[in-house]
Amino acid sequence: MGRLYDMLSKDIRYQEGMTACINCGTCTAVCPAAEFYKYDPRQILDTVQTKDESAIENLLKSDTIWYCGECMSCVTRCPRSNAPGLVIIALRSLSQDLGYFTESEKGRQQLALKRTVGDWILEHGYCVYVRKVSFENHPEAGMIWKWELENLDKLYERLGANLDGKGPGVLRKIPQESLNELKRIFDVTGGIERFNQIENKSLEKATELGLTDGEYFTKIYTTNNGNHMRE
Amino acid sequence: MIVDGKRKIWKDYQKEIPDDHYFYVRSCIRQNFFPASEVMFLKIMRDELACDIYENEYHTTCSGIGYHCDVVPMETTMTVIARQFALMTEAGYKNYAASCITSFGLYSEVIETWRHFPDLLKKIRKNLKEATGREFEIPEYLSHASDIIYKVRHDIAAKGKYRLINRFTGRPLKVVEHVGCHYSKMFPHKGIGGAEYPYVLAGMIEAWGGEVVDYPERRHCCGFGFRQYFIKANRGYSIANTHKKFESMEPFKPDMIITNCPGCPYFLDRWQYAIAEMEGKTYGEDGHGIPVFTYEEVASIVLGYNPWDMGLQVHQVAVEPLLNKIGISYNPEEKYKGFNNEDMGHPEKPVNLKTY
Repeated sequence: MGRLYDMLSKDIRYQEGMTACINCGTCTAVCPAAEFYKYDPRQILDTVQTKDESAIENLLKSDTIWYCGECMSCVTRCPRSNAPGLVIIALRSLSQDLGYFTESEKGRQQLALKRTVGDWILEHGYCVYVRKVSFENHPEAGMIWKWELENLDKLYERLGANLDGKGPGVLRKIPQESLNELKRIFDVTGGIERFNQIENKSLEKATELGLTDGEYFTKIYTTNNGNHMRE
Repeated sequence: MIVDGKRKIWKDYQKEIPDDHYFYVRSCIRQNFFPASEVMFLKIMRDELACDIYENEYHTTCSGIGYHCDVVPMETTMTVIARQFALMTEAGYKNYAASCITSFGLYSEVIETWRHFPDLLKKIRKNLKEATGREFEIPEYLSHASDIIYKVRHDIAAKGKYRLINRFTGRPLKVVEHVGCHYSKMFPHKGIGGAEYPYVLAGMIEAWGGEVVDYPERRHCCGFGFRQYFIKANRGYSIANTHKKFESMEPFKPDMIITNCPGCPYFLDRWQYAIAEMEGKTYGEDGHGIPVFTYEEVASIVLGYNPWDMGLQVHQVAVEPLLNKIGISYNPEEKYKGFNNEDMGHPEKPVNLKTY
């Protein structure tokens, strides 16, 4: 068997997600991503099932594996109890382990996700932290969000939150000892290793493209080359 | 599908929901965007229904959003979840209540995976011990907070001051229910009513006097898609999916939408604003949107709480048309005020979407 297929098949998401795909296309029919992007989960499972080393490598370096929204609608409907969404998670994981993710526009976005959601987890104990969800980056959040951010402390107190406060409650400041435990979990289980891999491979790509760190971040966060969507 | 057929399916997908004594774990997204909903959940369960719902400040994110953005590896997320379970165990609880659907889906997936791969469970126990010194038991019962409100829906109706009835016509309000994808699409038996016809929100609507709207894209994702929203360049995916749902529900003229997922009420609310401002299209009456609510907000409306105490002022789509239909008394002057009527100014008005 090829090296890449062997690595993929060791991932329990792959073992749980791929039993025997009959290529009926039900997953594609129900997939929100397939309607929007040039994306076909049926083809992905087909490619992986071929165990063709070169085809799998192309997949791992492609935009294709980053189109899924992980809603898992495919899991409900697959008549053979496959989980294409889980196979996608396994492919994305392998693409990052091997550093292939920086070869595609959508894959390169992992740095922006690491520096927002990933870093917020360790800094604040939350996947999202209200003071960092700026109106500039989220104009779709509306005029109400602009007003909320302008009045954040007063408004959230009015609504019964405990924003950055001690003790339990909504948006409390997570105690430092809990954040320390979170960090140690990330150290022990490969979370920090994943973060470092994303940073290091992204730095290599930025250098290759002749971009500063800031320019690279802006580019991956905002650029859409327009070739991803269905006609 | 005929109603009798649905009821038969619902009977096949029932789950045990304990009456009392829960360890409560909050949602990252909901705390940030609908902070009063979790406040109201605890108020209803503790003050109205005298239930024991315990929380402590030491729990954190489950890291689920990071996992589904593919930046957090599986073993890391499993060990973070194991730490949450350890906090429950140390506090002496066996029933676990998750406020978040992403968390609820992940907890279900993780527990199921540990059953299939017992050696992995052993490894996670070792990881947790090494990183934190803690040990854990798997919860005897895992409930989403909406399961718990579903369980007490008739108690809420009995104590309620209002029903989901249009006071002008005497007819039930037409309510769209949107169930978060990770509630039961992965594990249908973990959700009330399964995946195809989940009953968790429909049961609340019926108990509180409303009429459920059955429309073609009822089960379609709201369009969050994790990386498809967080990255600015990808947000076309998110708004396109929400747009598809609204186009599908529009002919049924819904009065309101009720949701049980952290992201869904945000996207269904905010993308209506974006669609209105980009395309000039609105889906409610007279240039308004269709108001979108969390299940705690609707329970609080039924119980007669002040709309501005439950956080309805942080919706971009105006809620007043719905409040007026039900006949709820509220003070519009208080809407944008802080404690003691402190002035916080007013949000700017959108160009196309009508607000108050």
